[in-house]
Amino acid sequence: MSAQPTLELHVGGRLKPTLPRLWLQLSRVRRNTIGIIGVVIILATVLVALFGPLVWRTDYASQASRRLLAPTAAQPLGTDQLGRDQLSRIIHGAQVSLQVGMISVVIALVTGTIIGIAAGFYGRTVDAALMRVVDIMFAFPGIVLAIVIAGLLGPSRTNAMIAIGIVYTPAFARVVRGSTLSVLSLPYVEAARSLGIRDTRIILRHLLPNITAPLIVLTTVYLSTAILTEAALSFLGLGTQPPEPSWGSMLNASRSYMERAPWLAIAPGLAIMVVVLGFNFLGDGLRDVLDPQLRDA
Amino acid sequence: MARYALRRLLFLVPTLVGMSILIFAMVRLLPGDVVDAMFTGDSGATASAKQAVRKALGLADPLPVQYLKFVGGVVTGSLGQSLTSGEPVATIMTRAIPITVELAVLAAVTATVVGIPLGVVSAVRPNTSLDFAARVGGLIGLSVPNFWFATLALLATSLFLHWIPPVTWIPPWQDLFGNLQQMAIPALAISVYLMATVMRMTRASMLEVLRQDYIRTARAKGAPSRSVMFRHALRNSLIPVITVIGFQVGTLIGGATIVEVIFGLPGMGYTLVQGIFSRDYTVIQFAALFLASVFVVVNLLVDLLYGVLDPRIEQA
Repeated sequence: MSAQPTLELHVGGRLKPTLPRLWLQLSRVRRNTIGIIGVVIILATVLVALFGPLVWRTDYASQASRRLLAPTAAQPLGTDQLGRDQLSRIIHGAQVSLQVGMISVVIALVTGTIIGIAAGFYGRTVDAALMRVVDIMFAFPGIVLAIVIAGLLGPSRTNAMIAIGIVYTPAFARVVRGSTLSVLSLPYVEAARSLGIRDTRIILRHLLPNITAPLIVLTTVYLSTAILTEAALSFLGLGTQPPEPSWGSMLNASRSYMERAPWLAIAPGLAIMVVVLGFNFLGDGLRDVLDPQLRDA
Repeated sequence: MARYALRRLLFLVPTLVGMSILIFAMVRLLPGDVVDAMFTGDSGATASAKQAVRKALGLADPLPVQYLKFVGGVVTGSLGQSLTSGEPVATIMTRAIPITVELAVLAAVTATVVGIPLGVVSAVRPNTSLDFAARVGGLIGLSVPNFWFATLALLATSLFLHWIPPVTWIPPWQDLFGNLQQMAIPALAISVYLMATVMRMTRASMLEVLRQDYIRTARAKGAPSRSVMFRHALRNSLIPVITVIGFQVGTLIGGATIVEVIFGLPGMGYTLVQGIFSRDYTVIQFAALFLASVFVVVNLLVDLLYGVLDPRIEQA
């Protein structure tokens, strides 16, 4: 089985993508305009986060300028209520957003995958116990649960990441459990079992590679949700704490100076929207590619 | 159908019990409590003084006893008092619930009224520039943070209309017009995401239905295009759209929470966030349990409604 990973499996008329097949499908993204725009936006954001501080060298904490300056060539996005350069704060905010988004989604991805595989693979009591907890967590509106956890843990960026990670774990657990069950019913898993292959090997070699496609789509979708949730938590004062800039807290602070300095309210919100849009575009594009049934929809 | 509905209703009980345990555990096991929050900055408070306050508030009891008191309160309807203001929780909730419900209903109605026609137009003319614009517009709608939309809308009204929303909530039974004027921006901010979702779902569902054989049959027998669209296609494509609107109640609750804080509307979300900042356990517990229960119950109703609307669905 594992010697022939490119083998196409037709299950009930649907293609189950194996890993090389996945790359073939990813190459189709090139013909997918919306997906490409998404990739470009995300790459641009990553570049800004990584190299922005090297190009735009103003210190985001320096209060050297006059307060609430309108945008000029020297300060393209103006200055805030403490005379700090808004562009350097937006650049730093990109680092915060991407970091929080990635770490919290990795938390959800790893715990969700472990729970989902455990539930799907071992079934019965394990499945029942794990999925009841997952169902109950799923019964909360996500942002409300995130607010409660982040608020009770105490407002900080780390706690916001933990809260977001916990909140989105059930979504990953459910999808992984479902995919696990459908893969486990396939003949090659039965064959592997009859050959006496250990559970861990079946999980790592036969199961995991075959549940990557839905996980990739889910990860991009939840990256956008996680970034949006971090911004909302910071906006409410439950995420990244001042003086460190994050888009959500900048937006919140701008509300007191809105009429005198509207640019302070526009830049951070636009930044959040563009990044989230990038991930949504990519997610939409990937769904078109990875899920042929939905392609025309 | 009746048996299925009954079984689902019975299943609601363990879910609600599980939720109450989870909420209680989160509120009690995480660090810091209301007494610490009360005495922040007050270094004069001794540990024994704090302990006395805890005892008076019933926080010194063993956790299982406290949990049973919490659940008992839900069952008997005696919800206790806010630990910080001393106001009965029942009073707080009767004041807060109508605000959140009004916001959610206004947002859902706006989203439906705008989203469905946009989705239909987009599906009827697929792969045109209009369709592309609608698709991109839909994705933008999914990406606009509601708190940013609300901030910009406030900015626009204050700059161009010189109108600033009143600081206190106007009940609709006192001044309906004033109330709607006050709720318009918050409700619109919440509805943007749902509007985009409804639009996308209508489009996808409509495209799916338009491919069906019975649409071809209707066209072949010479039914006018308009009648095919509305009588055959739209009616059938609305079933999944209705369920999506129902399942998005979580988005509405979450959106209401944030928007209530921005606009200072004392609804359930605002109450919850205030409770968290002051570690007001009784308020957090009942507010969180209420929001989660609404979410679960609405989802259940939508599930049941789905079966009524589409008899083909098997309810095993």
